[in-house]
Amino acid sequence: MFGPRNPQLNGNDELIHLLSIEGLPQATLQHILDTAGTFLSVSERDVKKVPLLRGKSVFNLFFENSTRTRTTFEIAAKRLSADVINLDIARSSTAKGESLLDTIANLSAMHADMFVVRHSESGAPYLIAQHCAPHVHVVNAGDGRHSHPTQGLLDMYTIRHYKQDFTQLTVAIVGDIVHSRVARSDIHALTTLGVPEIRAVGPKTLVPGDLREMGVRVCHDMAEGMRGADVIIMLRLQNERMSGAMLPSAGEYFKTFGLDAAKLALAKADAIVMHPGPINRGVEIDSAVVDGSQSVILPQVTFGIAVRMAVMSIIAGNSP
Amino acid sequence: MTRTLITNARLVDPASGRDDAGAIAIDGDTIAIVARGDDPRITDFDAMLSIDARGAVVVPGLVDLAARLGEPGSEHAGLLESELAAAVAGGVTSLVCPPDTDPVLDEPGLVTMLKYRARSLHLARLYPLGALTQGLKGEALSEMAELREAGCVGFSHADVAIRDTLVLHRALQYAATFGYTVWLRPNDAWLGNGVAAKGPLATRLGLSGVPVLAETIALATIFELMRDTGARVHLCRLSSAAGVELVRAAKAEGLPLTCDASIHQLHLIDVDIGYFDAAMRLVPPLRQQRDRDAIRAALADGTIDALVSDHTPVMEDAKHLPFAEAEPGATGLELLLGAALKWGQASRLGLARTLAAVTSRPAAVLARSRGAAESAKRGLDEGAPADLCVFAADESWTVDGATLASRSRHTPFARHEMPGRVRCTLVAGELAYEAAR
Repeated sequence: MFGPRNPQLNGNDELIHLLSIEGLPQATLQHILDTAGTFLSVSERDVKKVPLLRGKSVFNLFFENSTRTRTTFEIAAKRLSADVINLDIARSSTAKGESLLDTIANLSAMHADMFVVRHSESGAPYLIAQHCAPHVHVVNAGDGRHSHPTQGLLDMYTIRHYKQDFTQLTVAIVGDIVHSRVARSDIHALTTLGVPEIRAVGPKTLVPGDLREMGVRVCHDMAEGMRGADVIIMLRLQNERMSGAMLPSAGEYFKTFGLDAAKLALAKADAIVMHPGPINRGVEIDSAVVDGSQSVILPQVTFGIAVRMAVMSIIAGNSP
Repeated sequence: MTRTLITNARLVDPASGRDDAGAIAIDGDTIAIVARGDDPRITDFDAMLSIDARGAVVVPGLVDLAARLGEPGSEHAGLLESELAAAVAGGVTSLVCPPDTDPVLDEPGLVTMLKYRARSLHLARLYPLGALTQGLKGEALSEMAELREAGCVGFSHADVAIRDTLVLHRALQYAATFGYTVWLRPNDAWLGNGVAAKGPLATRLGLSGVPVLAETIALATIFELMRDTGARVHLCRLSSAAGVELVRAAKAEGLPLTCDASIHQLHLIDVDIGYFDAAMRLVPPLRQQRDRDAIRAALADGTIDALVSDHTPVMEDAKHLPFAEAEPGATGLELLLGAALKWGQASRLGLARTLAAVTSRPAAVLARSRGAAESAKRGLDEGAPADLCVFAADESWTVDGATLASRSRHTPFARHEMPGRVRCTLVAGELAYEAAR
């Protein structure tokens, strides 16, 4: 039986929303990365603007707070000359009891062209894409544990920038994978781009065995996870998981699965270290590694703007 | 007192295995005569209402062991009148409703009122389950004997898991004192918190998963408590292959046990959630293909006694939310017959065996829970209550929530083709539903 068609593609298989990396063809991912490359130079100019989204209104709908992600989307949209409206919905209408879809209907009536959505529930951007006006585009800026596709894409951009070819790499993703939308997006993107070995590294409470179903090698031993890796993606450990039934303490976590120089030495000598931020120094990663020569954490942020510009300009150019 | 004659019918009685052509004469609320059409008792029967059932099957009315009706507390989603009308439109003449209403069915007065309101509508027969504990809080026992007197056929904790094993132990002891049946959905209070079945789909979509362990641990606990207390238990909404195996073993051991599964678990799997389709937000959550296969086989071999609709009215807006926040449940009373026929056809069971899962077998579970006499007339016996469903077995229809009698339109079976179209339904000899021609 065939399922419903992928709601982020139009009849010509062109991207009209970015909801998840899962199910996107490799060519689409490469096209986004190539486009991001052309935008990278825009950010280095004196006048950091191109007119691709001039006259368009981009609404940042953050049902869950995230200053950093919202800011990068805002910068990306402004560099494309869009008008950007930031709505901190976590503290406004829905707090007054307005339903998600009523909020969307109201904002659609204000002639929005694009919604950038962050929500604490998996799947919320799908619901919005399903119910907004047909000309409106939706970009998922993180939904529950499900997906954070622009983060996944900027991670791919970073890896491609430093390693060029995906098809010979060993990539280790370390930490709270079960609750991580970044990990899911990275895994889908890496799989699509042909990475032969993706390792999910962490204790069984955060990296359950059934993650194998996503096509990764599960490692419950940090040394095994690090050995010979080309790319190490460290995940942020949420405060609420640092003590309780998932983990006994932040200290024990750092000792067993935190990345320090000794553990990093097990990876390839030219391995790069990535992190989606914000960083907990001394919890999942040692300060010396964050600031060390193998860290590409700050370039990730720079690439993130270009990738978000690429995504917004591509979907805005495709009609439903 | 109406005298009704149904002629030119194919009579199917799952209890006896009967499947032949004939006629039924109904006198008042009971089946008076079941015979061949040319039998003089039929030809001489002086009927006030005649139903020509040419091309249709006549079966005992369907018995649905799990249907919520919206009242009291969720009138915006369903009314007693609309949902009981949905029941008879689906050929269901008797239904059991769980106690998780608002307020909870833990007060005899509430039960009396509900039964009275249902009776006055002259639609399907309503058999409420009382709350096993007060307010379904899992702390203090409800007044079971009082509730029984008011008309509760058994005691249940609906979908609320009892956290405290000591309370569950006491509840089973107390129910066993009076021979009451306790209706439990096996679900561990702690492991059972999730919105989808644990597995590849939930992992990919980032939905919190309920492991099979939530069901098997609860089953193991229930069986141990049954061995200790001697209580009789009906298990509700089995969802996993491992659960089916445990039930099969417990039945073989001789524990006084029956169980049901819903039309959702019979036909759907987690993959049907697709891109977060909230119509698939159901309790228990949809599991994997091997679980569905095990449930289909267990319903066929009798390990699972009954198929239920698990009808749960959900108001229009309540599904327009992100998957995890959407209200679980679906309309189902009008889909029970079609779902059974679809399964029966695919499993090549024949009509009598297929329909047993929605007629004689749930009727037996209900009769035992009610404490009805073993000798009571049932099915298409002469002298049995005239609760009948007349349906065209070779007609099919496409499910469309908007055309259902239920006030609630959400169903995961939307756009599915369903076999079998109900022509009319009789309850206690009265025509409770007749399809528009």
